[in-house]
Amino acid sequence: MFSYLIRRALTLLLVLLGLAILIFIIARIVPGDPARIALGPLATAEQVAEMRQEMGLDDSFFMQLWSYLSGLAQGDLGKSLLTSRPVMDDILGALPATFELVLFTIILQVVISIPLGVIAAIYRNTWVDNLLRIVSLIGVVTPGFVLAIILQLVAAYYLGFLPVTGRLEGSIDFSADITGLLLIDGTLMGRFDVILDAMRHLILPALALAAAGIGQVMRITRTAMIEVSSRDFVEASRAYGIPERVVTFRYMLRVASVAPLTILGLEFASLIGNAFIVEFVFSWPGIASYGVRTILQKDLNAVIGVVLVSGVFFVVANLTIDMLLGLLDPRHRLRAERDS
Amino acid sequence: MSIFEDPDVPLRGLSSRQMASYRFRRNPLALIGAFIVFSVVFAAIFAPLLVPSTESAGAFVDFRNRHAPPSWNHPMGTDNVGRDILSRVIFGYRVSLGLVVGVLGVAVPFGVLLGLVAGYFGGWTETIIMRFTDIMLALPPLAMALAITAVLSPNLINAMIAITLLWWTWHTRLIYRIVKGQMNEDYVEAARVAGASHAHILFRELLPNCFSAVAVKISLDAGFVILFGASLSFLGLGIQPPTPDLGTMVATGSEYMPEMWWQAVMPGFSILYAILGFNLLGDGLRDMMDVEL
Repeated sequence: MFSYLIRRALTLLLVLLGLAILIFIIARIVPGDPARIALGPLATAEQVAEMRQEMGLDDSFFMQLWSYLSGLAQGDLGKSLLTSRPVMDDILGALPATFELVLFTIILQVVISIPLGVIAAIYRNTWVDNLLRIVSLIGVVTPGFVLAIILQLVAAYYLGFLPVTGRLEGSIDFSADITGLLLIDGTLMGRFDVILDAMRHLILPALALAAAGIGQVMRITRTAMIEVSSRDFVEASRAYGIPERVVTFRYMLRVASVAPLTILGLEFASLIGNAFIVEFVFSWPGIASYGVRTILQKDLNAVIGVVLVSGVFFVVANLTIDMLLGLLDPRHRLRAERDS
Repeated sequence: MSIFEDPDVPLRGLSSRQMASYRFRRNPLALIGAFIVFSVVFAAIFAPLLVPSTESAGAFVDFRNRHAPPSWNHPMGTDNVGRDILSRVIFGYRVSLGLVVGVLGVAVPFGVLLGLVAGYFGGWTETIIMRFTDIMLALPPLAMALAITAVLSPNLINAMIAITLLWWTWHTRLIYRIVKGQMNEDYVEAARVAGASHAHILFRELLPNCFSAVAVKISLDAGFVILFGASLSFLGLGIQPPTPDLGTMVATGSEYMPEMWWQAVMPGFSILYAILGFNLLGDGLRDMMDVEL
């Protein structure tokens, strides 16, 4: 197990290095002079030349790559043109909001989709199953931004009890300095008003973000449960007289949860991407709205930073899921060890 | 899943193609999907002949009719400058499908070729191609596409380029997995012993075995490319006005929420309709051809 972890960590480093280099190359081969883009069309040729000097654009390609990578190793992503603060600070400031949204979304997905998938498997080919099939289909095919807008329309305007934008009501005086996550900091400091209000703000964006994953994971859980239900050990457990509830939720679900977990891992990563849309609609002050703002301003350093951080998220999420699967299913670990 | 739901009992004596088409026709959801896809493609091709008002597709202004709710004359209502939303949606399908054809037309052949080569030759070729694919897959697609279109200046062609750059990876991975599985089959060995060239084995022996998987993937992809393009333009970084684009229409329409809900909701549901169609069709094809993606 230990050598497996080391080897996975090494692969992770390699992929991250490749990712950093690839993003750098893409940022450099796009047409247009980064200095010109940074200064706008009104800048004079001298100003552009000066900026090129300052940004190190006149050095050779490999020199630039080297200084970029060595900066990266020290956590330096350069300065944002939009906020004129270090990109790293901006991203670290926005990350907790996104992280809270994504974590809440994942919890929502697990809590909703896995039980529904199990129910669909138990009542397979009845009206319950068909109804759930339609629900999951709607979840998968509804574009995030359409769902976000419909949720805003229905829940906020017509029903009128859920806020449409932001993380917290302006009237609540609270700064989350411990972890940056409002729910956790609120709990730590015993501020129930904060927890409640943060929840109210989270529900709509998290639902909009969760829908696609809920549909997918529900279907996969159903398929996996049905497959497992025909295995011998299930029949054997029943023959021993173990209660049906225990057989279903303890024995079958453990084996069947491998497939949905894999999808959830992929889902976690793609959530960061989809958050771009949902954060935009709900004015959520996270990394994705920062990304959209900087992209619109052609703030190259910030864009590279945002893309890189999202990529790191993706890779780390995949690795985490891989290890979790290794714990749940020893065969997975062995297979991965053989492959690498 | 299929062993529980699809007992092919009465099918003895039918060819595999007849069996597949029987299975497809017995699947109501797949038929609905096929119908939806047909209606979208048909509407897109014959848009100028079908729509109530062709001028609505452009920078047309009719202030007396602005913000009109859905009615007999304007089934989806009118937008903030009085253009018929239904007409714009149908022309929007044209743009969306153009995007699909442009993206998949380049990304699929490229991805398939790389997958074939990586799976067939193995060794260093495989390592390089598949590691590169892994890294590309780690890029957050939407953020990447946004960044590319922003720097290149947002329009249809650049959106197409950005999405294509990110899309081929899925096909490479899919084909690679299939080819790896086929390499030990007797027919590949037989072709090699018979002295067939690499090109022959790649394109005449292995490629045909990938067709059904690619067909299913393309159908599912089409919906997601539409979604992706609409997301880009929803954020203002895709196709620019006055070209009618579904994502842009939702974005502009959402400014008039909640009173004039139809301006955002109607185009929104039109996107949903198209994606639903391609998804149902893709799922139906998958069950029919019995492929795993």
